[in-house]
Amino acid sequence: MSYISIKVEDLSKQYRLGVVGTGTLSHDLNRWWYKMRGKQDPYLKLTEVNAHSTKASGNYVWALKDINFEVEQGEVLGIIGSNGAGKSTLLKILSQVTAPTTGVFKARGRIASLLEVGTGFHHELTGKENIFLNGAILGMTKSEIRSKLDEIISFSGVERYIDTPVKRYSSGMKVRLAFAVAAHLEPEILIVDEVLAVGDAAFQKRAIGKMQEVSHNSGRTVLFVSHNMGAVSRLCSRGLVLKEGSHFFDGTADEAVQAYGQVNISSTEPDISQRKDRQGMGDFRFTSVRIENEAHQPVEEIRTGSRFFVHAKIKAESISPKKVYAAVCFRDALDNRLFTLSSSLFGKRVSLEGETILTFEVPRMPLSEGLYLCDLYIAEGRGDTLVQDYVRSAFKIKVYGNDYFNSGDPQPVGLDRFYVDFGLVKNHDKEIIGTKTKA
Amino acid sequence: MDKNQDIPWSLVVTPKSNWLNLNLREIWRYKDLVFLFLKRDIVTVYKQTILGPLWFIIQPVLTTLVFTVIFGNIANISTDGLPHVLFYLSGIVVWNYFADCIKNTADAFKANENIFGKVYFPRVIVPLSTVLSNLVKFGIQFLLFIGVLIFYTFKIDLPAIGLDIIILPFLIVLVALLSLGCGMIISSLTTKYRDLSFLISFGIQLLMYATPVIYPLSEAPEEYRPFILANPMSSLIESFRNIFLGTGEISFSHLLYSLIFTVVIFLAGLIVFNKTEKTFMDTV
Repeated sequence: MSYISIKVEDLSKQYRLGVVGTGTLSHDLNRWWYKMRGKQDPYLKLTEVNAHSTKASGNYVWALKDINFEVEQGEVLGIIGSNGAGKSTLLKILSQVTAPTTGVFKARGRIASLLEVGTGFHHELTGKENIFLNGAILGMTKSEIRSKLDEIISFSGVERYIDTPVKRYSSGMKVRLAFAVAAHLEPEILIVDEVLAVGDAAFQKRAIGKMQEVSHNSGRTVLFVSHNMGAVSRLCSRGLVLKEGSHFFDGTADEAVQAYGQVNISSTEPDISQRKDRQGMGDFRFTSVRIENEAHQPVEEIRTGSRFFVHAKIKAESISPKKVYAAVCFRDALDNRLFTLSSSLFGKRVSLEGETILTFEVPRMPLSEGLYLCDLYIAEGRGDTLVQDYVRSAFKIKVYGNDYFNSGDPQPVGLDRFYVDFGLVKNHDKEIIGTKTKA
Repeated sequence: MDKNQDIPWSLVVTPKSNWLNLNLREIWRYKDLVFLFLKRDIVTVYKQTILGPLWFIIQPVLTTLVFTVIFGNIANISTDGLPHVLFYLSGIVVWNYFADCIKNTADAFKANENIFGKVYFPRVIVPLSTVLSNLVKFGIQFLLFIGVLIFYTFKIDLPAIGLDIIILPFLIVLVALLSLGCGMIISSLTTKYRDLSFLISFGIQLLMYATPVIYPLSEAPEEYRPFILANPMSSLIESFRNIFLGTGEISFSHLLYSLIFTVVIFLAGLIVFNKTEKTFMDTV
């Protein structure tokens, strides 16, 4: 039977802006004076919502405002939100590093947090000594650690260096050792912040496996904060989206990832009309570009295997209409060209006149998880002749999920670059194992 | 709403904290951490040094020699007829314990900022383990003192150590609690007001001159004595000397004053520390 393992009620956290310095003492005295007379803290009223980009007029902001949620035992809750949405503040409160300004949070069971692994490593101590120290900091007793020592050492994969001071370790080794300690904690509630961003692909795979094992097999509650949407939709059963310190969305992990795409709606249509680093004659110019998912919602992230659209807006700088070849070219972060959506592949040109919107449709995103850069291109001739406008890295597209066929069994991170449609049958159609014909 | 009210919440966090919320059960659960911190403090200080733990001894020896030359031979301050070395060493050993405890616990929040910012454990563990690791250091220096004392018993007549020695543990516990209390107050305040960390390093040095470390209480002018005795460390050091060297005085009333002072400071320290530990991450 499952029970509520975490309950958060009206949780808020206030921070003071600017330098803590002159005025600190006077604010403290003032606050104390109000308190002595049984009045509310005068500075709580002056607080504003935590919108980073707008200049605040007051001195205090709410990093978190009236957060309410419950987590059931055994649930894996993903917490997502853009930078500064309050994720880390929430985790800090939940892991008791700092106290809330108002509100209550209750929990059943021991809480352990992995906010950046390797906390409290002492570089002069050996690997083994650090296992004990780090384990104890995370709340294990000496005998618990001793009973798991061999397991931890072999999980970390640094057996040879275990009696060497940690200062001689490579940074990857340190992280692996630290994660190994943390992975062997046995709290009822585990808080994880971005640990999967470290280590090589093989280690990430092991780390993800360990997290899944922790939540699925032993029924422990996990709170997972990440910018990695793929990891969130793969690992979490539920998702909570924060926006500017308040509760924005709560639902299944996939819905939450979608909702998160909406949070950044303003930035999903980058304005490229002012870009100077472009080539071409310039009779026609790209002004903006937008990516939409299958539901025609503007997003920044596309799930592997899903349908998406690229809308490019083109403005005429001259009156005469032109016929051009139009293309979107996909490149990876290392500048390798991957594929191009070009009208020249159909042997056709598009006629442009005044303001035009071109929509490219891709029925299934073939790329694996990662960040990709896209170029926009229009030219009157083939083979880079009579180029009208060419904007390199006009926009970015983030791909997540790695589950091309929606089989529920995604590929591990970082192995394949592409997925293709294919069919697999046994004994001439006796048994169809995978899609036989292309959709 | 809550389906399972029969399972009690094991943790409830609210903005307000109790005044004296010393959760002893929790500290007990983390007892291994106390000893691991203790070990870390002792083992790592002199790693990659040639003399290693000998530094624990070299430091008081050199200080004693300097004091002997300057205060004993040049300034000619009386040492109650005792050999200079023995007199100064006895004061330095006790005073160092007090001073080091304060200096190290006063740093508690700032020095462990990166740990405190990431993980929760009862924060009191840090000053507690600091006081204990300094106790080990004190133990080593105390053995040095006993060694020197034995050496001198062959040279000169020293009064035999009497039954008074049973109050020695009491004295040491008082020094420990007093410095722990002061350290906790200072560490809590420095998270917000950094000024104190400047004050503390030379403040302790100045305080030493208000304590009978380099002079016996009996030599202090009558009108200064109340001020010197207002310092709770004075009667503790005087008593320590009395136990081993026979000079100085053990005054019940003075010790009682030190006891009360210590208890008050210690409780105040706990309260302030408890209040700070919840929010210090926002101000440090």
